[in-house]
Formats: sequence, structure tokens, C-alpha cells
Amino acid sequence: MSREILNARRLLCPLPVIRTQDKVKQLKAGDQLEVVCTDPGVMQDIPTWCRINGHKVLETISGDHEYIIILEVGG
Amino acid sequence: MSKQRKAVALISGGLDSMLAAKTIMEQGVHVEGINFFTGFCVEGHTHAIRAHDKAKPKRNNSLWVAEQLGMKLHIVDVIEEYKDVLINPKHGYGAHMNPCLDCKIFMVNKAKQWIVENDFDFIITGEVIGQRPMSQRKATMPIVSRESGADDLLLRPLCAKNLPATLPEREGWVDREKLHDFSGRSRKPQIAMAEQFGFDDYAQPAGGCCFLTDASYSAKLVDLWKARDGDKQYDLDDVMLLKVGRHIRPGQNFKIIVAREEGEGRFMQGYKKEFITLHCASHAGPLVLVDGSPSAEDLFQAARITARYGQGRDAEQVDVSIADKDGSERIIQVKPFAADEIPQEWFI
Repeated sequence: MSREILNARRLLCPLPVIRTQDKVKQLKAGDQLEVVCTDPGVMQDIPTWCRINGHKVLETISGDHEYIIILEVGG
Repeated sequence: MSKQRKAVALISGGLDSMLAAKTIMEQGVHVEGINFFTGFCVEGHTHAIRAHDKAKPKRNNSLWVAEQLGMKLHIVDVIEEYKDVLINPKHGYGAHMNPCLDCKIFMVNKAKQWIVENDFDFIITGEVIGQRPMSQRKATMPIVSRESGADDLLLRPLCAKNLPATLPEREGWVDREKLHDFSGRSRKPQIAMAEQFGFDDYAQPAGGCCFLTDASYSAKLVDLWKARDGDKQYDLDDVMLLKVGRHIRPGQNFKIIVAREEGEGRFMQGYKKEFITLHCASHAGPLVLVDGSPSAEDLFQAARITARYGQGRDAEQVDVSIADKDGSERIIQVKPFAADEIPQEWFI
């Protein structure tokens, strides 16, 4: 199992979702991905994308104009 | 046992594509969604930028539709490829800079490539004859099918009964009798069908789903191209910045973008290394970006406009900070423009 970080700062939705989607394609089931964003829309969009595509959101963190989503790649 | 047929549905996030996909899912076909991001999609961006929209729940409607339907959604970045569609539309533009027919052909063509690569059988769109004046007319339906290369693999479930039978219908992959015969601009059949399926929170964008259908946005795009001596190339930052702020062009060699509120100002902060920026130092006021090659005199004028939009607009003198791209900063003193001193033709 690996854990990677994706820098999606300054990107506006749906680009953080697209970058997450592209990165997840390179990972294996059980791998974790930490997506770091500045668009608050990701707090809605990335969990929705995860739910419809079979991935699991482990944690979401809202900071000072920065939003982090940690997900686990599904099988 | 017959083969499980698979279709990809073009999902915009609006009601029609949602109902089209649902119609085919109801017939036992495996449907997945595809959504193309051109850079001009209204979806998401403006909500993210403007602070006053914070109270509204932020959602991407294509993802929402996919979740409601219980299907996968593939979002595809077509920003680069889309440039040729916008710059050289074979079928021309609509009322503004919207190349709707070429856009539809392009997207169906991309979907055709996708079904070949992913071993799917056919394509679904939410098109309805007569729904849109440029791209959804009886005459344009065969053009989209033919020029996209999808031909009779393109099924429009909402108006299929008004069109010749496609391969999925002829082969019995779908039952033509269970498809629809919608036509025209009325939304009543779609709204009734949404009620029947229990969909009650779908998106109904008043101005369509693309910024290119917007008069103000299109004017800014045309202005950008003119200022570049007709060079129509653009990048994503150009596209994004046309969506924010008040755009004022005092001269051919430069324009200024004035943040209209806090959210835009915060978004524009991210461009401080690419543009000269101004803000009022002695009073509260907006962030301003300067695009182009301004002279010292131009920057003085930009500073007076910056002061005009700050809280010192009625003061005799306002200190305005001018920051270069390298971060070096200087302060000048200006008298703010009065409202009637800024010529209307400067506003893009």
C-alpha cells in the first residue's frame, strides 16, 4: 500500500476531480491519495466522485482556504 | 443468454441528459456517463470564485446526476482539443461566441472514440428536436450523427420516435416503443417525466451550461483576441480571468480587471506573479490586475480607477500600491476618478 499527495491548489472544480480521477487510475486498490485543494467545491465533488466510482473517503480537512481529502482507492 | 449491452451517456448535469440516461437504464442496458470539460463550463467555477454564493450548496451537477442514477461518471479534460472547435467552427457561431453545433459534433465524436476504446456499444444524448435553436433542430440531428462519426450508434432516447431507427433499436438492444417523441422548446414532458422518476432537485441553468452563450463573456473573449492582434490562442488562465471581475480597457495596450468582491479578490491573488497588481493602501478597496504592457502614464490611470472602486472614492487623494510581478512595490498618490470620468466605452 502506498500513499501519495496530489497538489490541486488553485484549480477550480471540476479540475481537481479530473486530476484525482487521473491519479487514481495509476494507483492500486488499497492505496491512499491525499488531495490538497483551494476550491471549497471539492468538499462536495470529490466525495461524490468517490462514492459513484467505488472509492472510500477516509478523512476531509478544512483549513484556512485549503481543503484536504484523503481517499482510499477501491477495488 | 444475450449479451449485456453497454452505452455511454453524455451527461451535462441538466435534466434532459439525465432523463435520456434513465430511459435507457430502465431497459436493462448498462449505462455510464461521460462529461467533457472545455474550460467554458459554467458548472462549478463561478460558484467557487464568488464569495456571495457561499450560502448555496456547491455541487457539480454532472456528478450529482450520476449519483442519482447510480452510474459511473467519467469527466474528461478536453481544454486543449476544444480550442480548435472554438477558433474554427465549421458551422459558425450562435448568438454569441457559442459554436454549439460544432461543439456537439466534437463531443459525440469524443464519445465515439471512448466507446471504441472501452468496448461499449452505443452513445446516448439528451437532445430533443427543436429544443435549441442552433444545435438541436431536425436538420442538425443527422449532421451531428454523420460528422461525429457515430452514425447510427447515436441514440437520442427523448426524441427517438421522431427520427429513423438507430442500430440499438434495429438490433433490439433497446425497445423503440419505450423511447419518446418529445419535440420543441416546451419543458413540460421532461418535467412530468422527472416527477415520475422522483427527480426533484435537478439543475435548470437559466443561461445554458456554457459561458460562450453569455453576451458579456463573449464580448470579453472577442476583446482579448483583438488586443492580441487577432491571435485567438488562449490558455485556461485567460478563460478563468474572463469569468471574474469588472473588465475595463482604457487603451489597446492594456486592460484592468477589478475584483467585485472578496471571493474574486482572493482568487485573483493567485495571479500576482503573472500580472502587475494594484490596491488602495490608504483605504479599503479591491485588488486590480493589469493585463498588457502599460506605460507609467497608463499605470497612473489604472491607479485612479483602482481608487474609484475603493472606499476612498470621494477623497481628494488616495495612496495606491503598485506591485510588479517580481513583488517589488511602490506607492503613488492619485485623485480617484469620478463616476462620470470613466468613459462607458472602456467597460468591456
